[in-house]
Amino acid sequence: MIARSILPVLTVLGIILAFWYVGTVGMNWRVEAERFERMGLEKTTTEMLAATMAMDRPILPAPHQVWAEIQSSVFERSPTSRRSLVFHAWVTLSSTLVGFLMGTLLGILLAVGIVHSKVLDKSLLPWIIASQTIPILAIAPMIIIVFSTLGVTGLIPKAFISIYLAFFPVAIGMVKGLRSPEAMHLDLMHTYNASESQTFWKLRLPSSLPYLFASMKIAVAISLVGAIVGELPTGATAGLGARLLSGSYYGQTTQIWSALFMAAFMSALLVYAIGWLGGFVNKRMGARDEARA
Amino acid sequence: MTSPPVISANSLDLTFQTNDGPVHALSAVDLDIHKGEFVSFIGPSGCGKTTFLRVIADLETPTGGTVTVGGTTPHQARLNRAYGYVFQQPALYPWRTIEANVTLPLEIMGFARAEQRERAEKALELVDLAGFGKKFPWQLSGGMQQRASIARALAFDADILLMDEPFGALDEIVRDHLNEQLLQLWARTTKTICFVTHSIPEAVYLSTKIVVMSPRPGRVTDVIESTLPKERPLDIRESPEFLGIAHRVREGLRAGHAYEEV
Repeated sequence: MIARSILPVLTVLGIILAFWYVGTVGMNWRVEAERFERMGLEKTTTEMLAATMAMDRPILPAPHQVWAEIQSSVFERSPTSRRSLVFHAWVTLSSTLVGFLMGTLLGILLAVGIVHSKVLDKSLLPWIIASQTIPILAIAPMIIIVFSTLGVTGLIPKAFISIYLAFFPVAIGMVKGLRSPEAMHLDLMHTYNASESQTFWKLRLPSSLPYLFASMKIAVAISLVGAIVGELPTGATAGLGARLLSGSYYGQTTQIWSALFMAAFMSALLVYAIGWLGGFVNKRMGARDEARA
Repeated sequence: MTSPPVISANSLDLTFQTNDGPVHALSAVDLDIHKGEFVSFIGPSGCGKTTFLRVIADLETPTGGTVTVGGTTPHQARLNRAYGYVFQQPALYPWRTIEANVTLPLEIMGFARAEQRERAEKALELVDLAGFGKKFPWQLSGGMQQRASIARALAFDADILLMDEPFGALDEIVRDHLNEQLLQLWARTTKTICFVTHSIPEAVYLSTKIVVMSPRPGRVTDVIESTLPKERPLDIRESPEFLGIAHRVREGLRAGHAYEEV
């Protein structure tokens, strides 16, 4: 299975890298050409090509430059150093996880309320949807400022932004999931004269789990976005957001790109972890091997 | 019969209000069912046979007339757990093993853990599924799944078994086999069984009483007391007596215009 899928994956990766190199050469060419002209130097095409891929502050760094930057900032520095990408990644990851877990919990609680109460169904859902129409970029600085006037900085305000983003897909998914049992399954509970809470624990909750894990995959990815966005507005000194910001201040495009790759890598890892957890739970619940959430 | 009926309906009416106007699902239904009877309800779709079963089970509320189950209202009967209900589909919970599906009603009703296991084992034995308790529903065939759902309805020992076309989705060979087993089970447990079907041979083979119904409005057109002996091998279905009853059912359906506009 793995051997068969590795060739297509590598092919796609190769195509992406090829486009990237073409882009690097194309975007950096003029800057380098002008620089050499000012210095009065004549360069051959081969030399020009090499130069576009070895700039200090390129417009678009070449893949191997980004890789070198990631390598040096991940493996060659102590993880506690401020110059280590691992340090910054952990700062972002910790608030992502706190925000994701709290957001998931909030989403589940809201969904339980909405499914069991007509009043909450009618009153809460519009607000929940409205909350997501506000651009997070607009509300994030306000959250950070409000918290900092209360004397709270660091992880909590960032996690709050993640909660704000993460609860939404979980709430929507869980409302759908908790309402997913078939009429026949609900009738069955009715014939046993089961209480609301028995119906919830023995029927609604188990039926909703596939929906929960699907929603959690979305929630964890946007929690990470929320944490990064939360690091931008105040010029935070730590976290992937801070790396992006300082990279753009000082024209360190390589640093920006390596931070982006770190974020993408973490996001993929988190989504896979949720997927694995979902598959594991599904299997414990007796699902067929091939029918994974 | 001298004892009071287990289920008794008096001029029962049920009208659903739909967007296309009222639908008379049941109209002036009078029926008495006594303890230990095996009653089949037969008729085309829309004749109210399933609705009648759902009224007995307190899943629908009649709009007129009275109905008593075990001497009380259907609601009270449901609270007393007087009946087990078997649906058209097995309706097993896919995340529970067969045994855990059978113990589901017992958990809800608060039986002790040891008794849950004991009763589940007994119920699974009754439907010939001993040894399949640890399997998940998808690992069983359709017929076995429906048997498991019957075991689930039997587990808490209700006196009445309500079955809504339980074998409708199964092929004829499996169906024959399950019919035979159901008769044996009924003989062993002396339960009162209400059985909805739209198969004439199935109704005649199983029942001590056949209620023929017809649609628009849903009503009873004939009630046939079966003269077949209690002991019924499968080949009784070729006997003249069997064919005679089947003929009368068909006549009842025709009288109720069941064969028109099909």
